[in-house]
Amino acid sequence: MRIDQHKNRILAFVAALVVLPGVSLAAGGGTHLEKANNDVTNKASLQRGARNFVNYCLGCHTAKYVRYNRMAADIGLTEQQMIQNLMFTGDSPHATMTNGIVPADAKRWFGVVPPDLSLIARARGSDYLYTFLKSFYADPSKATGMNNLALPGTAMPHVLWELQGTQEAVWEGTVDAQGNAQKHFKEFKLATPGKLKPEEYDAFVRDTVNFLQYMGEPVQVKRQSLGFVVIAFLVFFTLLAYALKKEYWKDVK
Amino acid sequence: MGTAAEKVTAKTGNGRLAALTQWIDERFPLTALWKSQVSEYYAPKNMDFWYYFGSLALFVLVIQILSGIFLTMNFKPSAAEAFNSVEYIMRDVEWGWLIRYIHSTGASAFFIVVYLHMFRAMLYGSYQKPRELLWIFGMLIYFALMAEAFFGYLLPWGNMSYWGAQVIVSLFGAIPYVGDALSEFIRGDYYISDVTLNRFFALHVVAVPFALVFLVIAHLMALHEVGSNNPDGVEIKKVKGPDGIPLDGIPFHPYYTVKDMVGVGVFLIFFSLVVFFAPTMGGYFLEYANFEPANSLQTPPHIAPVWYFTPFYAILRAVPSKGMGAALMGLAVVLFVFLPWLDRSKVKSIRYRGPLFKFFLFSFAISFLALGWLGLQPATPGYTMAARVFSVVYFAFFLLMPWYTSIDKTKPVPTRVTYHAH
Repeated sequence: MRIDQHKNRILAFVAALVVLPGVSLAAGGGTHLEKANNDVTNKASLQRGARNFVNYCLGCHTAKYVRYNRMAADIGLTEQQMIQNLMFTGDSPHATMTNGIVPADAKRWFGVVPPDLSLIARARGSDYLYTFLKSFYADPSKATGMNNLALPGTAMPHVLWELQGTQEAVWEGTVDAQGNAQKHFKEFKLATPGKLKPEEYDAFVRDTVNFLQYMGEPVQVKRQSLGFVVIAFLVFFTLLAYALKKEYWKDVK
Repeated sequence: MGTAAEKVTAKTGNGRLAALTQWIDERFPLTALWKSQVSEYYAPKNMDFWYYFGSLALFVLVIQILSGIFLTMNFKPSAAEAFNSVEYIMRDVEWGWLIRYIHSTGASAFFIVVYLHMFRAMLYGSYQKPRELLWIFGMLIYFALMAEAFFGYLLPWGNMSYWGAQVIVSLFGAIPYVGDALSEFIRGDYYISDVTLNRFFALHVVAVPFALVFLVIAHLMALHEVGSNNPDGVEIKKVKGPDGIPLDGIPFHPYYTVKDMVGVGVFLIFFSLVVFFAPTMGGYFLEYANFEPANSLQTPPHIAPVWYFTPFYAILRAVPSKGMGAALMGLAVVLFVFLPWLDRSKVKSIRYRGPLFKFFLFSFAISFLALGWLGLQPATPGYTMAARVFSVVYFAFFLLMPWYTSIDKTKPVPTRVTYHAH
């Protein structure tokens, strides 16, 4: 979050200066997005997110561009800790995060191959993922018994139902100008509580989304810290160049 | 140690350098070239802020070529491997992420500096006689740059790469009779495929860069033949001192080399702000949909070209008929070439132009920016209407130019440039 605010401020500044139209964020679906408020510099959160990811996501999804050992080093784990806690396959620590599902089988079971999640946060945005994972609700008309407000008709079952419990969607009816009844989403109601309290579930999802954001661009934290050094040097260089220019241009009358 | 000894070494060192220079000069015009093109090329002393963008465009070209070479070492131009190899560059190649962001930011930066460079020429009438060829070479560079950007955009093989290329290539299909055959010829297939990716790679890394470098050399040769224009639009060669040097001219080196160094520094600060803090620039420089691999069965929710093409894309969408839209879009790009002949004014610089030109140029600039913004938005009826209005203003600038520049009330142009020493 801290890093995001910072990024946004600089982004807005640059955007204004290069005369670009206003900065808008990626739109994901028609629903209102909740803020994820995650922080990729928070290693404890990333470690919890990695644990959540390998336990709940990696069974069906892959992260085929993410290497185990690089990931562990980035989020502050030793290779030993990683092998004991995060690697359930017999892969080498240099391997990328894949699973054993044959795509053709996945297609038969779910109707779609579960997408690779390496870049999902870059394609959809953290807020979308946070909202998505919180928007499952009971819908008996669906094969999985669940639907999702952020991605209606999703093939993904609510794998976190045990933790969150089961939500029901509350709808409001209005009648539009043409006299047709319209259904508007009002709120979610927790029908069956899960193992986690709602705040705990939010924190669980936030950590998971944080890890997804890390995986989208593993270098992002280093990139920003390096940026300050580079800009500091360039400011110094420019001042020096300006002093040199002034000295030379004294002669121009 | 001993200063005397040092002096002797330095002297022999210089002597050797001078001997080497002489050896080269007898075989290649090194000193003559340096003098005629740099240290004794006299540029007007009153060049202002707008004159940074020429040297910056050259600087960005060098950045793109260098970063491109390193990307090419790790990129795999095949439909099966391209997307993976870009992620490999981002994650596993040492400093690969930096090189990739420099190249992707450089593409947008190139267009920003080139648009500002072109606008400078319009402000100060730099395309007018005797600089028509210089202007035409510049426009050819701009066309080559558009081709380079278009070919390069397909290479990461993301879903927006794929569908963007699909849409743009299909525009050639609007050309009567030969259109469909032509788009097929460009793709090398019935749809955007591995074959297309391969040939776009060849064009992006070999053919177009060659053309670009050649055109840049021609552009600079033409510039140094006629001499630089300036914010007053005065020909400095008309007033020379007894030594034959223009009284308002100063040697390009060292005066403009040190000045352009400041420009490079400021440019790099902005460039690095994007590279290190906002490499996607909120989805404008790297589009979000391009983080998903190319998928011929699923279009992105909203297909829009990258921002530097959107003014023309908005014109295309504003016209109800596809054929007419494509024709007007082409015209919107090509009309710039004819500026030297559309402009009938006796004065060059906006400083001495009348209110009509100022009004039309200002309206043109506003409509260019507005069309650029509209081209990024979904085409709602309201936006389409706005795009039509701005398109009319855009074309009015060019097509009415012979009329308003010939009746405009201009101010008298001084014989010398205005310059206040600081």
